[in-house]
Amino acid sequence: MNVVVCVKQIPDPAQPGELDPESKTLKREGKLILDDSDAYGVEMGLQLADKAGGGEVTLVSMAPNSEVSGLRTALAMGAAKAILVSDPALQGSDALGTAKVLGAAIKRAEPDLVLTATESTDGYTGTIAAQVAEVLGLPSITFAKHVEVADGTVKVQRQTEAGYDEVECPLPAVVSVTAGVVEPRYPSFKGIMAAKNKPVDEVKVADLGLSEDQVGWAGARQEIVDVSPAEERQAGEIVEDEGDAHERIIQFLERLKIL
Amino acid sequence: MTVSTTWVFAEAAEGKVASITQELLTKARGLGGTVEAFYAGADADAIAPELGKFGATNVYAADPGELLPGAPVAAAMATQIERGTRPDLIMFGTTYDGRDVAGRLSVKLDRPVLTNGIDIEAGDSVVVRNAIFGGNTLVQTTLKSEPPHLALFRPKSFAAEEGGGGTPEVVKVDVPDTGTAGNSKVLDRHVEEQVGPKLDEADVVVSGGRGLGSAEKYEMIEQLAKLLKGAPGASRAIVDAGWVPYSHQVGQTGKVVKPNVYIAAGISGATQHLVGMKGAKNIIAINKDKDAPIFSVADLGVVGDVHKVVPKLIEALQARS
Repeated sequence: MNVVVCVKQIPDPAQPGELDPESKTLKREGKLILDDSDAYGVEMGLQLADKAGGGEVTLVSMAPNSEVSGLRTALAMGAAKAILVSDPALQGSDALGTAKVLGAAIKRAEPDLVLTATESTDGYTGTIAAQVAEVLGLPSITFAKHVEVADGTVKVQRQTEAGYDEVECPLPAVVSVTAGVVEPRYPSFKGIMAAKNKPVDEVKVADLGLSEDQVGWAGARQEIVDVSPAEERQAGEIVEDEGDAHERIIQFLERLKIL
Repeated sequence: MTVSTTWVFAEAAEGKVASITQELLTKARGLGGTVEAFYAGADADAIAPELGKFGATNVYAADPGELLPGAPVAAAMATQIERGTRPDLIMFGTTYDGRDVAGRLSVKLDRPVLTNGIDIEAGDSVVVRNAIFGGNTLVQTTLKSEPPHLALFRPKSFAAEEGGGGTPEVVKVDVPDTGTAGNSKVLDRHVEEQVGPKLDEADVVVSGGRGLGSAEKYEMIEQLAKLLKGAPGASRAIVDAGWVPYSHQVGQTGKVVKPNVYIAAGISGATQHLVGMKGAKNIIAINKDKDAPIFSVADLGVVGDVHKVVPKLIEALQARS
């Protein structure tokens, strides 16, 4: 079974984010890393291909510059190859533009299953899985917390407000997986070395049969009209615990009439 | 006026209109123009009166049956729009189904969809506000595409208030055959037993993070939440680690909570987490690192070991009850 996993390379979320004052897009300079949220999809893809007794995991990603450091991490985990859509024209792409690009790139890999995270850590739109599925004309099941594949169908436990639903659809399909569904493996030394030589197929927007006005700022058809700091919440009282801090908490709760 | 008709993607569970839907209908009323609900389900007649109370003058009802709503409901909306009943704006909640329907519809109509909105204005153009970087920066975005404009809003962005409207007319809308794309079938629904209030409705939320050290220690978070008649929550770190399910997650990728009291135990306060909880009226933080960012938003910050402070707190509360 061949699996495509959509992955995103993002600025380190531990560092404070910054907007480019000109373009008002997120600054994506410096080293980008594999979005933590995507490690679950990669792991899930590897496990499913393994269980099916064959097939491989292909990564699909897009970036305005030719960044590959995040892809190497996923390749080191065990993915076989990557398709990276890299083009300056992609800058400013919104979720719809991204889905058109990813969809066109995924088609090249002819997968049985497409996995995504539920949302990226930096942009967190949470709509890409459904959009990619619609672009490809495929069924989708989002917010999966358990995934099984058998006899040409995928069976998923889908997170709901009340608990979860058991949902099934025929393959090929798009499934978005929540964090914590599997435990992502750490790349081994051997894996890291092997990743350096795994193929990364870099393509341009035009190679995918898309025009430049479908992606980037032009395709997004939206404009950021204002960026301003939010009202800061003020810090209150800080106390060091000397064995009696719980009493302070109780007094605080009493004052609020919680107790 | 930019918005003469607004649709709200309405959601309900067990015959009760979801709070996010009440919030969106209330806000839609404030934009002026006609407010209509688009509901996916078989019980539209039963919930129509409540949708009316919050401002819907018309309810479109599409029943996807056993299919997952995303594709079939987006197709039903698109068909209705093609037939000429075109809204200027469609508001969705940032929910599991809201994101699916909005995503599918954006492709069908070839319209961008603004996400994570926390406010909207409809003056000369439609402007949606959202918060980035853990809520410390507000961004306002306007759509330049042709209507209908699509936007997703975070729960609890607007207060829900009844507007005193009567029972709206229910217009049944056919669900077009979406073929393979719509062929995700719900086989069974599992309702997990809910003890105590729901995470996003609780008056008190007690959340645990990496500082707990191990999955077993989450039990004390649940115990403390129960004693305070609240709900237990979690940081992304321990959800990612598999200690607790995703449904417990508070934050940007997770639930937004605005309780009266939020207690963060062993949570450092990554921006990812702050987005989901800094709207709480009162915040208590317990963390051993005095430089943890969580203290910058806490009304009461306790620099200490959660393994000492929380058990003592539990003991003291038990002694009182």
